[in-house]
Amino acid sequence: MSYLIGENMVGGYGSGPSILNGCTISVDKGELAVIVGPNGAGKSTAMKAMLGMLKLSQGSVKLNGKDITSLSPQARIAEGIAFVPQTDNVFTTMTVEENLEMGAFLRTDNFRDTIDQIYQLFPILKEKRHQYAGELSGGQRQQVAVGRAMMTQPTVLMLDEPTAGVSPIVMDELFDRILEVKATGMAVLMVEQNARQALEIADKGYVLVMGENRHTDTGQALLADPDVRKSFLGG
Amino acid sequence: MTDVLNALVLFANFIFVPALTYGSQLALGALGVTMIYSVLRFSNFAQGETMAFGTVITILGTWGLQALGVNLGFLPTALLALPLGIAVTAGLLLLTDKYVYRYYRTQRSASITFVMASLGVMFIMNGLIRLILGPGDQNFTDGERFVLSASAFKEWSGLDEVLVIRTTQALTVILAIILVALLFWFLQKTKTGKAMRAYADNENLALLSGINPDRIVMITWIITAAFATTAGVLYGLDKGYKPLAYFHLLLPIFAAVIVGGIGRPIGAIAGGFIIAFSEVILTYAYKKFLAYLLPSDLAPDGLVQLLSTEYKLAISFIILVVVLLIKPTGLFKGKVI
Repeated sequence: MSYLIGENMVGGYGSGPSILNGCTISVDKGELAVIVGPNGAGKSTAMKAMLGMLKLSQGSVKLNGKDITSLSPQARIAEGIAFVPQTDNVFTTMTVEENLEMGAFLRTDNFRDTIDQIYQLFPILKEKRHQYAGELSGGQRQQVAVGRAMMTQPTVLMLDEPTAGVSPIVMDELFDRILEVKATGMAVLMVEQNARQALEIADKGYVLVMGENRHTDTGQALLADPDVRKSFLGG
Repeated sequence: MTDVLNALVLFANFIFVPALTYGSQLALGALGVTMIYSVLRFSNFAQGETMAFGTVITILGTWGLQALGVNLGFLPTALLALPLGIAVTAGLLLLTDKYVYRYYRTQRSASITFVMASLGVMFIMNGLIRLILGPGDQNFTDGERFVLSASAFKEWSGLDEVLVIRTTQALTVILAIILVALLFWFLQKTKTGKAMRAYADNENLALLSGINPDRIVMITWIITAAFATTAGVLYGLDKGYKPLAYFHLLLPIFAAVIVGGIGRPIGAIAGGFIIAFSEVILTYAYKKFLAYLLPSDLAPDGLVQLLSTEYKLAISFIILVVVLLIKPTGLFKGKVI
């Protein structure tokens, strides 16, 4: 039984056609799971379904054995799931530190320690803590976004294409940081466009096609699978 | 030398002090508009009437207090009634939100729909204030009239020209400074204030952070009520309560908001003063001022008035159009409507 699991999820946005057709995604603590697949395969949608941003017509989402299918995204965040959207994921007119404070909005205890932990994990943020998030580079912004999400001290971190639009060097650095986050014992679920690089660091990989699981294996095994290579990784 | 001093005093008395007062009133009104814009994402056309409504309630409270024999000494009694005016106005704004704007919010309507709804609210409030206090003018200023009277200044300086500062003028500037300082402290230092900025910055991310939008919207309306009522009462104390004048304030207030950059509190303040100073400077007759400064044979015969005071509103309008054409984001890089 995985820590977070979305089982046989079927659903779409509003009354539109269903995008997910019975896919199953799961991730454990201290594990990095990556969802890859062609455009329109429902990668982000699957993640959003697990966060509760769309209604499932079938299937269920369980966190630590507890059924959370009917909870709102806010309630799921309170349960320990954190989400970093793909775009507009920082408060651009607020400083780095204020961004982190907003991440801790629901916390009533002293969250200074958590801020220090995040500064340790992302040293550049400490350096730029009084700068506006809107003035930072793409890679630094992503670190602010991840830091903000981690302020609730979540047990699950969901990242929607964290490396979209950053240079390959920054991408490598971000992946290193994400591995460090994983090493703290968090369950990390990530949707990625850069499939090859993402699978290289993934403990578990899901290849989605048309809202269904096509291949599921360890990252390395998927990279080695000739079928996956041919169809999804460009040979 | 005395001529230069006389000219300076003339300038201070007829341009600087009045424009500073009027600018403070506009800035307070504009802050309300800009707060609504950044949090609720529409231009609130009912702002002028909101100011009038707050003033009406404050006037009623003032009369009540006067009937009870309560006064504030040299300060206007209206100051004591101001909290009542703010509270009732906040109540009215929360009711309009509940019965008008909330529906459009749940529908996720376009900004223009909200603007049109606020226009409707404006007409209703327009009638409401006339039902309560009638269409006529009211004067509710009491207390000491001057902080610095003509005779006191003359005695002190010995100049021909005098500088007069009315109590209401000094009060306007001081109250505006206090309110603005409070607002900035609230937005920069308190958790709720920061949450408000976060919500204005990025609604979806604020929701993901657990910020409750209903609470943010409520606080925004209450702050707007406080600023609108204070601005309206100060304007009324300064120039007398005239229902139509509040409606006419809408244009300079919107011009102030847009000149400064919509959604930026600092812009609303700067914009308020820019509009106020432009209006006063462009409509002042400089004949006497120049007579002091120029040699007597060069003294002007005409009034040397760039625009007659009837064109005051046109000045706001021209500034508004020029800013929208040349720098639509305003001085402080606000949003583009």
